Amino acid sequence: MSATSTASAPGATALPAFRPSMKVPLTLGVLAVIALVFFGLLGPGQTAEMKISDPGDAVAVPALLIPGQVGGIVLGILLLAMAAYSIYLWTRNTRSPRWLPIAFSVVFVFAVLLWIVAGARQPSISLAGLIAGSVTLAVPLVFGSLSGVLCERVGVVNIAIEGQLLGGAFTAALVATVTGSPYVGLLAAAGAGAAVSMVLAVFSIKYLVNQIIVGVVLNVLVSGLTGFLFGTVMAPNKDQFNTPGRLDILPIPLLSDIPIIGPILFKQSVAGYLMYVAVAVVWFGLFKTRWGLRVRAVGEHPQAADTMGINVNATRFWNVTLGGAIAGIGGAVFTLVTIDSFTKEISGGRGFIALAALIFGRWNPIGAFLASLLFGFAYNLQSILGIIGTPVPSQFMAMLPYLVTIFAVAGLVGRSRPPAASGIPYVKG
Amino acid sequence: MKLELKGISKAFGTFYANQDIDLVVESAQIHCLLGENGAGKSTLMNVLYGLYEPTAGQILVDDRPVSFRGPADAMAAGIGMVHQHFMLVPVFTVAENVALGAEPTSFGGVLSMDETRTKIREISKKYGFDVDPDALVEDLPVGVQQRVEIIKALVREAKVLILDEPTAVLTPQETDELLDIMRQLKAGGTSIVFISHKLREVQAVSDVITVIRRGKVVGDAPPTASATELASMMVGRPVSLSLDKAPAQPKETTFVVENLTVRAANGTNVVDGISFDIAQGEILAVAGVQGNGQTELTEAILGVQEHVTGSVTLDGKQLLGLPVKEVLRSGVGFVPEDRTVDGLVGPFSVAENLVLDLYDQAPFASGISMKPAKVVENAKAKIEEFDIRTPSAGSAAGTLSGGNQQKVVMARELSRPLRLFIASQPTRGVDVGSIEFLHKRIVAERDVGTPVMIVSTELDEVVELADRIAVLYKGKLVGIVPADTPRDTLGLMMAGVGPEGGSDDK
Repeated sequence: MSATSTASAPGATALPAFRPSMKVPLTLGVLAVIALVFFGLLGPGQTAEMKISDPGDAVAVPALLIPGQVGGIVLGILLLAMAAYSIYLWTRNTRSPRWLPIAFSVVFVFAVLLWIVAGARQPSISLAGLIAGSVTLAVPLVFGSLSGVLCERVGVVNIAIEGQLLGGAFTAALVATVTGSPYVGLLAAAGAGAAVSMVLAVFSIKYLVNQIIVGVVLNVLVSGLTGFLFGTVMAPNKDQFNTPGRLDILPIPLLSDIPIIGPILFKQSVAGYLMYVAVAVVWFGLFKTRWGLRVRAVGEHPQAADTMGINVNATRFWNVTLGGAIAGIGGAVFTLVTIDSFTKEISGGRGFIALAALIFGRWNPIGAFLASLLFGFAYNLQSILGIIGTPVPSQFMAMLPYLVTIFAVAGLVGRSRPPAASGIPYVKG
Repeated sequence: MKLELKGISKAFGTFYANQDIDLVVESAQIHCLLGENGAGKSTLMNVLYGLYEPTAGQILVDDRPVSFRGPADAMAAGIGMVHQHFMLVPVFTVAENVALGAEPTSFGGVLSMDETRTKIREISKKYGFDVDPDALVEDLPVGVQQRVEIIKALVREAKVLILDEPTAVLTPQETDELLDIMRQLKAGGTSIVFISHKLREVQAVSDVITVIRRGKVVGDAPPTASATELASMMVGRPVSLSLDKAPAQPKETTFVVENLTVRAANGTNVVDGISFDIAQGEILAVAGVQGNGQTELTEAILGVQEHVTGSVTLDGKQLLGLPVKEVLRSGVGFVPEDRTVDGLVGPFSVAENLVLDLYDQAPFASGISMKPAKVVENAKAKIEEFDIRTPSAGSAAGTLSGGNQQKVVMARELSRPLRLFIASQPTRGVDVGSIEFLHKRIVAERDVGTPVMIVSTELDEVVELADRIAVLYKGKLVGIVPADTPRDTLGLMMAGVGPEGGSDDK
């Protein structure tokens, strides 16, 4: 043993043996081989047509025509190359960069899409429609997951997103019908979501009841309450109570004619525009303002916040309430945008998907937004593929994006860290 | 600024943590609050900082009565506090932590951190802190985190700074640096309330010492008071601070560690090729700054570490690779470094905790049933023998004071006939009275002929107990030296410099 090496470069001798986890290279490798063999070599022979612009668009972009088998092979080789790069990095003891799994996932999903479309009875799909539809379906999810981000960042687990969505949807339909204005309905939905959240806040913050249990109970409560009122009041008097009308689509001239991104960004209802604003505002607020610094401090180390003169429980209460209002707006989208009436259980578990999106998005508003888009894509793919007639049973199609998500969360994204005090009530002293 | 506490009492239910406390902190003085763990020092300071509302009494700032409804009021009055457990958000940067609660903002509440960064750099420069405003707090060593806490108070222009057990987490060198910082702050006009139970530091830096025992002020003492006097005031009875220890009578060497290496998950060797042996009737103390492989070393011997190579033999039997239960059955007694996490099951009763390793054996069990009567009987004997202060054998172990919890762990581990005794941080967070007792028990175990291995980051303790001292630095053994090695040499060894001076090979 040499004292010199001890003092100068301790631990350095042990480093060459260090290997990063081989989870990422291995996962990528297996998926790439699957893609190459099943989507490429055994791929369908038809040529898939992927339309980029709609016939009515000002700028016409020719559709992409991709032969199924050749395209599958090319994409498979591309995936294989990415996997090989990851393995190469692994042999050099370097971790794969963050973008690699993400790029891989995008190409993989595209390969799956090509495989399905080229194998369908009617091998033609509108990419623009697919993406625009995904965004539309993602809107409630985005609002829901933003609500979750706000609550968890301040230290309260919000399982009640589902209840907030449902409460918002019901109230929006009822109030919009009674007042005759969907905009008033939208506001009322925010109020309903906030009310559900306040119950969560009071019980979990003031009375220290387990947050998960309060959340689950609230979901059941709201579901029962809206179901009962729907059955006894709304359904028998549809004209009086359940014809809210829709929020107008407000296209922005010229911009909305841009292929693909036009309809996504510039041809939305108020709620759709509000979604983009909400994501940006929540992100900016959380990470760039005094309010956000305090919120995050309360969610990470409430005692530290308290000793700096911040009222922990008040901060929690108002943030949870705000989160509920945001989820309520998301709920209104079901009854004021997607369809124009309320039905029982209209949210259909989207609140729980929003919860998954927030975790997949690593408690970050932008991450939650992107994750919600992925789930929106999943919902949309299911319905579109049903229309073009793919031989794969639709139930399996609906499963696929979730499988990708599980792979992504478990194998590619790596460990994510929730706010340290999330779910833990704060008691002084 | 003059700070005065008049007749402060704080009750939790019927229990008075503070009773009728008077205290005057003069301007630009270091005022030490000395007392054992649980004497009520921290409670008093939490009252002063606005975290607790006093049950009775008054706080006066410059002779004007004030009442604090929260820490914000206390900070506004010029009181800053560095808590024993740091109040820093680990995932925030230094600047974000310092800004929190009094954030400089531009229009619309948008943070403008540059102002905070500048202030941090100014204070760092003034006091010689080496703190990067943009470093993440969780990446900083404990000593630097403490400086961030001090900066937090200084940025808010604290005139009185409360330091709650600030040296508990520091190395000897860091402690010396902190004492220097305290002197500098005092020279700059800041008063300091220094809470501690470590006599050496208190004597080194205080202007006035107020001793607190069981929630009451016992009296003031000048810093010239001897350690024995101070300790006796703290404990309330005469205490002997030096351990009467006969010279070791080493017999046969029965415990041998050869080339032990533990690899951590990140691929570094946290224990790196360590070899040593301990004879029967001898205490080997392992010294070193916290986090230099001590935890992994003891856990590797016990068998709870993974990726261990080398050899550990006890009485000629290889221990590596055996399940923990087998290792314990081979006669190893183990006191873990963190009793609340690894040493005790807090909600279990004292009696149950005393048989955690023997619950499935006679006389405490027969077949699949336990014998509660025997467990309680055993507990009563141990409570008596180890002077464990507990309301009853059925009380939850977690409700006892630190010293008494440690006695429970020690009593359990010493209740079997041992072939090897390992104690990690045997007196961390333990009051002076209990330290004396625990040290005596450890020496007694040596004297019956057990090889004893002590791991401690407290140099005082190492010097006191050891027959030989092994020093660890970054997972390697810097050297094994006799117990009478000068403290300076040991201090250097703890920083990785070899015992023969310079950086020679040995």
